[in-house]
Amino acid sequence: MTVARKINALHFGILLFLLACFFILPAYHVGALSRIMVLAIYAIGLNILFGYTGLLSLGHAMFFAAGMYGLGLSIKFLGVSVIPAFGIGIISAALLSLLVGLLALRTVGVSFMIVTLMFAQTIYLVVLYFGEYTRGDEGFVLQQAERMLLGFDVTTEAGRYFVAFAAFSICLIGFAALVQSSLGKRLVAIRENEERARMLGYDVWRYKLLAVIVSGTVSGVAGALYALLFGYVGATFASVQYSILPLLWVLLGGAGTTIGPLIGVAFMFYLIDASSAYTSAYMLIAGLALVILTMFAPRGIAGILRTKVSPWLP
Amino acid sequence: MEFGPHLMLAALEGAVIASILVLTAMGLSIVFGVMRVVNVAHGEFFMLGAVLAWYVSTMLGGHPAVGFAAALVIAPLVVGLIAAVSDQLILKRINYDPDRTIVGTIGMLFIIQQTTLMTFGPEARPVEAPFNQRLALPWFEFGEGGLQMIWPWGLSITSYKLFVIFAALAVLVALWLFLTRTKIGLIMRATQQDSEMAKAFGVPVGTVYSCVFGLGAALAALGAVLVVPIQQAHYLMGADPLLMAFTVVIIGGLGSLPGTVIAAFLIGMSDGIISVFFSPTLAQIIATFLVAMILVFRPQGLMGKAET
Repeated sequence: MTVARKINALHFGILLFLLACFFILPAYHVGALSRIMVLAIYAIGLNILFGYTGLLSLGHAMFFAAGMYGLGLSIKFLGVSVIPAFGIGIISAALLSLLVGLLALRTVGVSFMIVTLMFAQTIYLVVLYFGEYTRGDEGFVLQQAERMLLGFDVTTEAGRYFVAFAAFSICLIGFAALVQSSLGKRLVAIRENEERARMLGYDVWRYKLLAVIVSGTVSGVAGALYALLFGYVGATFASVQYSILPLLWVLLGGAGTTIGPLIGVAFMFYLIDASSAYTSAYMLIAGLALVILTMFAPRGIAGILRTKVSPWLP
Repeated sequence: MEFGPHLMLAALEGAVIASILVLTAMGLSIVFGVMRVVNVAHGEFFMLGAVLAWYVSTMLGGHPAVGFAAALVIAPLVVGLIAAVSDQLILKRINYDPDRTIVGTIGMLFIIQQTTLMTFGPEARPVEAPFNQRLALPWFEFGEGGLQMIWPWGLSITSYKLFVIFAALAVLVALWLFLTRTKIGLIMRATQQDSEMAKAFGVPVGTVYSCVFGLGAALAALGAVLVVPIQQAHYLMGADPLLMAFTVVIIGGLGSLPGTVIAAFLIGMSDGIISVFFSPTLAQIIATFLVAMILVFRPQGLMGKAET
């Protein structure tokens, strides 16, 4: 098999497996998997920027929140139906990422991380400040009647699973196509050696901006999808914690791999699920995982697979 | 109260905030200056200082001043030691790589915070101030008989808050003497200027890094012990000082100690004054956004040198 075939087979295999899970697994895990798939889209969003372009953003929660509030607020206050609301969510995330990209890309390294963190904190505080509309930390619930997707009820277990699955499939395949395209290769070139990429004549700044926009928009899609499928919009999703979590997932699964985000989210989800039976301080597990990962396995699970088993992993 | 006395009250509150802030930010700034890494767990060392102050003062009992004085010595020492050990255990092993250090210290943040939650609990606990007299302050204004001194009702400060301001000043002076007049200070500055060259001259750079990391954490803990009689100890209290200290260090110029002091004073004062007259959330929004913009358009800060 050629490498391209192997890669396609791997991705379709994963999607088939996820589809089969719906029929095999008990209801609890089906519910968990729909959440995992939505969050994996979020992790894919961060992975485009962090894993492939080498820019570490510590403020991706603002894009997730832009999608989430774009959809939630337009349904609640404009009374629009799901499809246009979804569009508004995506456009808000895209515009925000354009703006943040234009400003934050003037900085590099540690400054870039802190600037994105500060912008995200500003957005979080803005959400709290307009508590009259956003209901702050408490958040608001989208009613079942407001969440009909073309007459299709997404509040049922099956509806939720298949919408999440469809969205995840599109994102995974699109993401795989992106990283194998020449654009993806240019992004990796920037990650590996920005100076050399510039010397070869690539407009590095433009590609970085593009990466921020794509990454932010995909994160916004995840946010809008989360609000739609789980019917809840709250300020927690804009907080620092939700900027750190996708980083954790990507690192755990393997930064710069296509299957890493899904593996990372699933692994972390079940790790926290298992540990929350013993302690309420489940973020301790996240902390330990971060320290151990950065010390012993900075390449993550898929990264280890790539070096040890199958070097062709995209 | 008139506007004048009100402003003076706000300025005094601001001075107290600035005093705590300058200690916390100094810790972050020294660590960044010497080791070139960003310590995201800095706020948690602050929190640990406050929590330890509660433990020490509760265990000792007796007069509040005894427990407080003990906490002032024990908490920074213990926190500094914890930081130095975690530097040896974690940061040293990842070679102080800037990106991986951020990830690692985020991990440390959660570990410290959640361990405190499991042991200390979710409640906020107070530490009694060693002394707390209310001192009325005079105000001058032009009345019928020319300039006269009046004592407006409500214009006062507690003796403890005054002590915090002077204690912070004393620590700053001590720190300055330590860095400029002692051999260890000299070694630290040498490492800051050129760690490769320092190593070539036989400076044990690894040990220096651990000491600096410990010193930074101890300064945060010291600030926390000072603040805990005013603000209670709580396991989530580290987030605000972390963001504020970040702000200060950035505005002052990454790694510039004089810049840090000036910025801490400016930000502490304006925070005190703004939050008396405006909504605190709005003040925070404006402050956070402005800091981000400063970093975007003037990455070297107010006093820092441009990096090549």
